[in-house]
Amino acid sequence: MGGHVLAIGAKAMMTRDGLQALIEALLSRGYRLIGPRLGEGAIVYDDIGGIADLPAGWTDRQEAGSYRLERRADAAFFGYAVGPQSWKRFLHPPVERLWQARREGDELAILPIEIETPKFAFLGVRGCELRAIQIQDRVFTGGSQVDVAYGARRRGNFIVAVNCGTAGGTCFCVSMASGPKAKGGFDLALTELIEGGAHEFLVEIGSATGADLFAGIPQRTASGDDIAAAEAVVARTAREMGRTLDNTGIKELLQGNPNHPRWDTVASRCLTCANCTMVCPTCFCTTVEDGSDLAGATAARVRKWDSCFTLDFSFVHGGPVRSEPRARYRQWMTHKLANWIDQFGKSGCVGCGRCITWCPVGIDITEEVAAIRANARTAGTPEKGGA
Amino acid sequence: MAPARRPRLAVWKFASCDGCQLSLLDCEDDILALAEVVEIASFPEASSAMSKGPYDISLVEGSVTTPHDAMRIKKVRRQSRHLVTIGACATAGGIQALRNFADVDDFIAAVYATSRYIKTLATSTPISAHVPVDYELHGCPIDKTQLIEVISAFLAGRKPAIPNQSVCIECKQRGTVCVMVARGTPCLGPVTHAGCGAICPSFRRGCYGCFGPMARPNTTALAREWRLLGASETDIQRVYRTFNAATEPFKTESEAHGD
Ligand code: SF4
Ligand code: SF4
Ligand code: SF4
Repeated sequence: MGGHVLAIGAKAMMTRDGLQALIEALLSRGYRLIGPRLGEGAIVYDDIGGIADLPAGWTDRQEAGSYRLERRADAAFFGYAVGPQSWKRFLHPPVERLWQARREGDELAILPIEIETPKFAFLGVRGCELRAIQIQDRVFTGGSQVDVAYGARRRGNFIVAVNCGTAGGTCFCVSMASGPKAKGGFDLALTELIEGGAHEFLVEIGSATGADLFAGIPQRTASGDDIAAAEAVVARTAREMGRTLDNTGIKELLQGNPNHPRWDTVASRCLTCANCTMVCPTCFCTTVEDGSDLAGATAARVRKWDSCFTLDFSFVHGGPVRSEPRARYRQWMTHKLANWIDQFGKSGCVGCGRCITWCPVGIDITEEVAAIRANARTAGTPEKGGA
Repeated sequence: MAPARRPRLAVWKFASCDGCQLSLLDCEDDILALAEVVEIASFPEASSAMSKGPYDISLVEGSVTTPHDAMRIKKVRRQSRHLVTIGACATAGGIQALRNFADVDDFIAAVYATSRYIKTLATSTPISAHVPVDYELHGCPIDKTQLIEVISAFLAGRKPAIPNQSVCIECKQRGTVCVMVARGTPCLGPVTHAGCGAICPSFRRGCYGCFGPMARPNTTALAREWRLLGASETDIQRVYRTFNAATEPFKTESEAHGD
């Protein structure tokens, strides 16, 4: 590539043209590049061919149950928070065929499934989203049963992270210690700096692959002022968080209050529509559907995103285990914030705020925790059960 | 492995617009495949050649609105091993169940010169109000892929893969941006049975609920949200009172609104 290969952790400055060169370099290395672009009324993740595809000058105004695109005063490429979709869509697709078979005479032939594994490069991954990817890595590939297809899609990803310059109205990554600065797990991390007519990026090298690719990109040395300016951007974003969540003793708090009256209050509002789980970047539950064709000649098993909010999700012989909406909301929130710690060692929430924004009735997980905390049963004998 | 005798299929029409039967005719390649694996024994909409029962699968379109049909459905049931209702009329009473909220004699007086030849019931009711039903396929009209799935499932003796969850799940699976959250457009998706593939939201419109209620919907909470988005009490009554007006809990929710 010719240029000087920087060390991991090193920083340099790149212009808008440099960003275009970075995109071209990724494409020419055969990556399928996914990044932010304007979709139908929101910033969504889709294929990117150049900086012209990015949502320059757009931002999102987010509140509980509400999202609106708005014009920014500047031409920032990454001047929004997070949209309805997460990278989960690409790494853990909503619908996936698991196996298929064909009847051949009296025999059943199992046909091979081709796992679609484009070499993904993700542009604009936020700190909370990086943490979410790490959480799903643990779920799908960190245990005794490994999800081969997930592993194949995840392998060799090139991740260009972005340190957030704008906090969304429903963000609380500071509470979950996942952002607004990307903490590891990236190849390159950008901080967008727009000041006094200049529009540049401070680039941090996160991996050898990142260093190698960046060596071919036009750049200049980062000054102390550049680095200070980037730190100031992140610090300002951290101060502007739309929400906070107090995690003190959260495991005991939620596990110890299964019969708290607040579960009834939230259930009276909850539509059990499952939007929160669909948009959550860490929710991983699926169902399987078995199908056969009219002639009974072929059969297939398909895996689809599912949710603890549906009745079918907990259906066993005789009926659903969690028939009441209160039991379903409680299951979701308690698993995400408390039981996840037992299961995977840390919280399942990264504070991205999507479940708050994309809930059609604006149910707010941070508000629900605060309400339970406000008059919780104090520790002692843990209360059991409750449906 | 080929069965000695192909299963016999019949398609019946009650009070309906024929749209669901058309969905079957619209299955193109699949209808040829269907004709190979079943004997289409009776399907008057498609062919005048009708043979007598018994039938292995009866697809029933339409609701019961006349004393004659109330008798006829019993006969259909007796001749059918499996009875599957197709569409909102057969499953929920259809749009014609709006009569259930009014006096049918007023309609007769308004439409006909004399009521002498009109024999109609005061209500439009789903097939399940008259005979046991083996499976109910939702939609106004039904989705043809789901119809083929139901028939395939009955032929294979398995459960149809038709989830009774919200339209929102289909919206998110296809990657459609929520019209309620991103546009403030009232949508019935959160209380409506999936199956259409979230067509309306993908065209930036709210769901109309043509597939009827999903399993245990919270219609009251959604109505509250519609009010906040600017819908009037009359709007809410009307939207819960369309193709599935007579089904609970849409029926009760519609009665709680209006002017
Ligand atoms: S629970 Fe909500 S805030 Fe937390 S990671 Fe999931 S969507 Fe984001
Ligand atoms: S919390 Fe909101 S998004 Fe989640 S199921 Fe309930 S109503 Fe739907
Ligand atoms: S557009 Fe309607 S169906 Fe789709 S997610 Fe939003 S509320 Fe649900």
